[in-house]
Amino acid sequence: MTLLLDLALVAGLLALALHIACVRDDRNAIVSFIAFGLLLGLGWTRLASIDVALTEAAIGGGVTGVLLLRAEAHLRTGKTSDTSKNRGTSKSRGASTSRGATALAAIACTGVAAGLALVVLTFPAPAPTLAPAAAAALPGTGLGNPVTAVLLAYRALDTLLEKVVLILALIGIWSLAPDMLWGGAPSLRPAVVPEPLAYLAQMLPPFGVLIAVYMFWVGADAPGGTFQAGTVLAAMWLLVMLAGLRPAPETRRLALRLVLVGGPALFLAIGFLGFAIADGFLSYPESIAKPLIVGIEAALTLSIGATLGLLVAGPAQTAPGR
Amino acid sequence: MSALAAAPAYATTPGGFLLVLAVILPAVAVLVMLALGPRQTARIALAALAAGLAVAIAIVAELLQTGAALTYVVGGWQPPLGLALRADGLSVAMLAMTALVVAATGFFAYAQHRLEPATRHGRAPTTFWILLMAVWSALNAIFIGQDLFNLYVAIELLTFAAVPLVCLDGRKETVAAALRYLLFALLGSLLYLLGTALLYGSFGTLDIRLLAGMSADGPALSLALALMIAGLLAKAALFPLHLWLPPAHAGAPAAASAILSALVIKAPFFLILRLVLDVAPPQAAAYAGQLLAILGASSILFCSVIALRQARLKLMIAYSTVAQIGYLFIVFPLAAGTETLPPSGTIAWTGGALQLVSHALAKAAMFLAAGVIAEAFGHDRISGLGGFGRVLPISAVAFGLAGMSLMGLPPSGGFVAKCLLLTAAVTGGHPWLAATILAGGLLAGGYVFRVVDRALATPAIPLAVCKPVPRRLELAALALALAAVLLGLVPLQPFGFLLLGRPDSLTVVAP
Amino acid sequence: MSAQSLDPATLFGLCGAALVGIGLFVVITHPGLLRRIVGFNILGSGIFLVFGAVARRGAGAGFDGDPVPQAMVITGIVVAFSATALAVALLQRLFDLTGRETLETEQEPLPRSGP
Repeated sequence: MTLLLDLALVAGLLALALHIACVRDDRNAIVSFIAFGLLLGLGWTRLASIDVALTEAAIGGGVTGVLLLRAEAHLRTGKTSDTSKNRGTSKSRGASTSRGATALAAIACTGVAAGLALVVLTFPAPAPTLAPAAAAALPGTGLGNPVTAVLLAYRALDTLLEKVVLILALIGIWSLAPDMLWGGAPSLRPAVVPEPLAYLAQMLPPFGVLIAVYMFWVGADAPGGTFQAGTVLAAMWLLVMLAGLRPAPETRRLALRLVLVGGPALFLAIGFLGFAIADGFLSYPESIAKPLIVGIEAALTLSIGATLGLLVAGPAQTAPGR
Repeated sequence: MSALAAAPAYATTPGGFLLVLAVILPAVAVLVMLALGPRQTARIALAALAAGLAVAIAIVAELLQTGAALTYVVGGWQPPLGLALRADGLSVAMLAMTALVVAATGFFAYAQHRLEPATRHGRAPTTFWILLMAVWSALNAIFIGQDLFNLYVAIELLTFAAVPLVCLDGRKETVAAALRYLLFALLGSLLYLLGTALLYGSFGTLDIRLLAGMSADGPALSLALALMIAGLLAKAALFPLHLWLPPAHAGAPAAASAILSALVIKAPFFLILRLVLDVAPPQAAAYAGQLLAILGASSILFCSVIALRQARLKLMIAYSTVAQIGYLFIVFPLAAGTETLPPSGTIAWTGGALQLVSHALAKAAMFLAAGVIAEAFGHDRISGLGGFGRVLPISAVAFGLAGMSLMGLPPSGGFVAKCLLLTAAVTGGHPWLAATILAGGLLAGGYVFRVVDRALATPAIPLAVCKPVPRRLELAALALALAAVLLGLVPLQPFGFLLLGRPDSLTVVAP
Repeated sequence: MSAQSLDPATLFGLCGAALVGIGLFVVITHPGLLRRIVGFNILGSGIFLVFGAVARRGAGAGFDGDPVPQAMVITGIVVAFSATALAVALLQRLFDLTGRETLETEQEPLPRSGP
């Protein structure tokens, strides 16, 4: 019975969340978080949101997990090698909030959760929805997937600003490199590359790229789309860099910067074109709406892949060459 | 409840495309800077500053000419399915203020970067320009957005652009301050997002005008608004959630501090204003207004006292920011409308708007002047600045004029603002708020005069200049301070400009 | 509460509410910053599940769910990831500079020189 499946999923999610809250070891918590992300992806399929399930599994569970694991390893090796000059006081790792404050926080958070639960239970029925409006406007875009239509047509400005947000996060991360190293390449390759990793990095990327292209292409009419495809591309690129098969690129290289900028630039260009050939900014003429949108998606997929990969790679760690 | 009436809620006005340009031109600048590389960044920035300033002036002109709010329906998709941008009098005032402060700060930063030719195209200057453009784009989007989720993406853009500005110099203290800022800001954004989820679940729309037109009520609305306002308060650094601001704003380089204290901190307040005035039902708005006023008054008193005790100039100015933000929050109960008078018609509304703008100009001027002082003497300990008025007269005058506005001395924008607020407090029967406004002015006088006293001192050993500073670097601060003073020529009654486009009624189809 | 009312939307909506509470608790009380960042992600996931419940309830016009909240969640997931990336980078930089991975609650004295 599907109710049992749903209950099992929810129980798993809550158990993992509580485990993450209570466990002492950071690495344990992060691995639990990755499992949490995958269970969450399954949960999204139960909510009939396949696009979101793909995105959550790819970004929420996958890439975030890689990011956190690498960070945890960095912090751990830094701590064991520098215990002599570790300036952190021993009490900073202990309970920095008193028992009373923790209890108060627990009560407050339970209160917020309870209030939320009450509101969720008393949502109006029939539920107000924009599905009819989205369905009515869908033929004008030539698309079959309404979520893609919302992302790239009805609320395209949100997606455009979100792309700028991604680039800003990358600029911010790059700015954390020391002055001497800025513009150089991040380093992803570990000192010793395990054999299975090298093998995986040689075998998997072609399939990954194929899956990414399929996901992007089918996203116009079925669940899929730029973010999911871009994440798979980023994952393949990260795999290659992590296994040392290709070095991470210098962040000041022109080709890299053009790939990063290409997606949003094309998006903006077509948006401005709307002033001339359609109703205004970010509106598409009905006859060529679908080709335009798919074109934007193609460029965006590449940009998103590059951006997400570089977000995980972090700031430059080697000085830029001549 | 399906509120999709037959008549469209928004209609694009002829000048509406300017709103798109206001948001998109700085974003285009970000992309071009990233594409063309560090050597071209400063030149692209100057071009973008000029273009953005022109767009802001055009928007002001359009508003004055048509007397109606500018509206743009993005992509032709009507809300609630699509997004709309709308600029009424207050929004246009904010757009103009942002353009002015960004331009002046950009001019200052350009001149400052030129002082060190070796690092002109290095990490810090290049990153600064890109972040400045992103902050500008985000601020414009916040001031004219009509959809709550669009506003969420805009405030996230603002956070991601502002946080790296704090740790631009790479010291460990500023990195810690930036991380603390990021964590507070993220918590705020997530609480805001949770509120929008509840609002959408209950009403099926996130458009501000449609939500206001629904005359919505219920526990969902109250919880959603409480969460959103709590989140925005964390971002606005209202007491007691202000702990992250002083180290962050004081640790940033001078130009960045100016932008952070003058502009970035105003955006969450603007959103709280829209939520309380447009979306909240009247009783909830009144209750929220009382609570916000108490916190605001605490902010003014508590943080002004802390500012008095600061040894470093930039920290003092940062605490002053937190205190002055409190003035904005005491506007809520003072600007409560009655049956005959909408909130935008009260003098407290005009006072609050003037406080927003004059504080932005004055605070930016103060931080730029402090930046010149630190550049020239190598430190910013107030006790060690005896006699700096002789060495840097322009900066001292700029600081003094800006201080006048903060204290509320005539003639200045700050004086008019506080005078209006004081009148509203006295006539509206809020004696404690009136007393707070007066006390805040006295305390501000305290910390401003500390610095002015240092400027006018004649020490036995004249102050040594660590590095000579060209005069033009000081001009930006002076220009902003003069603008703050010129605002004092505004007549002491509801400024018609701010009333344009308000009240925002759904039944009127024409914008 | 009868089994009929425990449709996936309500169930996952309640799960989201619980996750918001747990995530908020981790963010507010845990001393280690890396765990707090994980807490932010749990908090975000809870919020997205509430959106998801709203989307599922909004099924209609031939769709299994309201597409607008789904698109908002996708945008939110991407933004949350970039926030995590920035926070983690800042944390690593702080650790490299100071050897600490916690933020002291009391304000540190800032150096006396420099602008």
